[in-house]
Amino acid sequence: MEKLLRLMLDGEALSTEQMGRILGYTREELDAELKKMYDEGILLGWRPVINPDVEDSTVHAAIELRINPERDGGFDRLAQRISRFDQVDSCYLMSGAYDLLLFVKAKSLRGVASFVYEKLATIGGVTSTATHFFLKTYKQQGFLIQKDVNGGDRLFYSP
Amino acid sequence: MKDPREFVASHVGAIPRSGIREFFAIAATMEDAISLGIGEPDFVTPWHIREAAIFALEKGKTSYTDNLGLRRLRGEISKYVAKNFGVEYDPVSEIMVGVGVSEVFDCAIRAIVNPGDKIMYHEPCFVSYSPSVRLCHGIPVAVRTRGEDGFSFNMDEVRKSWEPGCKAIVINFPTNPTGGVADAERLKELAEFAAEKDMLVITDEIYSELTYDGGHVSIASFDGMKDRCVFLHGFSKAFAMTGFRIGYACAPKAVIEAMMKVHQYAIMCAPIVSQEAAVEALANGRESMEKMREQYRRRRDYIVGRFNGMGLDCHCPKGTFYAFPSVKRFGMSSMDFAKKILEDSKVAVVPGSAFGESGEGYVRASFSTSYENLVEAADRMEAAISKW
Repeated sequence: MEKLLRLMLDGEALSTEQMGRILGYTREELDAELKKMYDEGILLGWRPVINPDVEDSTVHAAIELRINPERDGGFDRLAQRISRFDQVDSCYLMSGAYDLLLFVKAKSLRGVASFVYEKLATIGGVTSTATHFFLKTYKQQGFLIQKDVNGGDRLFYSP
Repeated sequence: MKDPREFVASHVGAIPRSGIREFFAIAATMEDAISLGIGEPDFVTPWHIREAAIFALEKGKTSYTDNLGLRRLRGEISKYVAKNFGVEYDPVSEIMVGVGVSEVFDCAIRAIVNPGDKIMYHEPCFVSYSPSVRLCHGIPVAVRTRGEDGFSFNMDEVRKSWEPGCKAIVINFPTNPTGGVADAERLKELAEFAAEKDMLVITDEIYSELTYDGGHVSIASFDGMKDRCVFLHGFSKAFAMTGFRIGYACAPKAVIEAMMKVHQYAIMCAPIVSQEAAVEALANGRESMEKMREQYRRRRDYIVGRFNGMGLDCHCPKGTFYAFPSVKRFGMSSMDFAKKILEDSKVAVVPGSAFGESGEGYVRASFSTSYENLVEAADRMEAAISKW
């Protein structure tokens, strides 16, 4: 399983069939490994990494939230409740000046704004929000937007 | 006035011009051609190493350095070689940094060869060994290595090839172009033979980190061999730093002293920015190096499997990023095979004959290219060959 995860994390654009060939797994064995990783909650999903700057119809923002912890469960109940909104891509409990960091997306600036003032800010226990809009992306989930110029002057042959 | 060609020294004129570059110049103009002819990593130098070079420039590091190289770099090299190869060299007097292993190899040869001295080397091998010896008016003596030995050397062959007057033997394991390696047992035999014939061993270990099945052993680490060895290594392959041009030699003080004379009058010193980057590579480069090695290993397993599957008999290279399949069954020279496969499939491989006569019957296919390229190249080659 570790080998399979490593291969996926290396980020070479491989089909499952190619992965199977590299690792010496049959298609069935590979499917079984993937299912096991889903079942154990190691692998959460599988989706393409898109350059946010080319998604014209999407606005991305980071939101810092301060929330009141609760007697039973601390931040968990509120954090889980907030995480369930479709607008929230990721949600982390943070150390430092605020409690939750959210990465959210919506179809427009107004969409993000209304999500903040209609939903987040009105939840009992949320004491403050600070919204930061993304202006430009330089790296997305390990992928550089401006790729290294690998090859321009590279020789076609070298000894 | 004389024809300008007459100004050229006869021993330089006598060295044949490689036909490979012309062949690849044609290939490079082809649309959609895939090159498996590349003898360098396809990875860009890891960012932390590039960043160290930028930082060196920002700090104004633009001067010459000591002829032998930055003292700090030699210190790091000394530690690295001791830890990974088991040989201790004094950074002050036994290590020289140069412009790639190619340059330090040339320095070593120029430092030791008197006209008429014979230098043994195993073949197929890197393209510069024999010409470097001839440029010093020395006599290269080739020892053939074979596919059935996994392109390691065969001691009977070494003994048979030896002639009176052989002053040194050059070895390069893992080997460019074959991917052959030499295990400790074989190296020990070679070490004994070198001692018996009182020869120097020049050991080019540039691919040592790219060894896939089991650890690399340096001949310099055997008892008594340090004083008989010129150990050559560099940053190009393991750390994907070909363009930085940094290599080094570790050798007995007297040999380093002689090599330094050649180096200082020809080169002065390696570029300081590259030396600073090399310090960073040794200090923090292991993780990225291991990641690259893992990718090469995967690609190797894939391409070797594909070659054998399409009837190109290919031993599994235990090091480097080269596969060296046999093309003997097609009944044509390796150059003709390379031309035909280029025409029919737009895949460029290097004829084995480019690496010496013993390479005839094979081609070198570099798997230092993306997995997607390898899949496409193998599919195209298989389709072309099936029609022959």
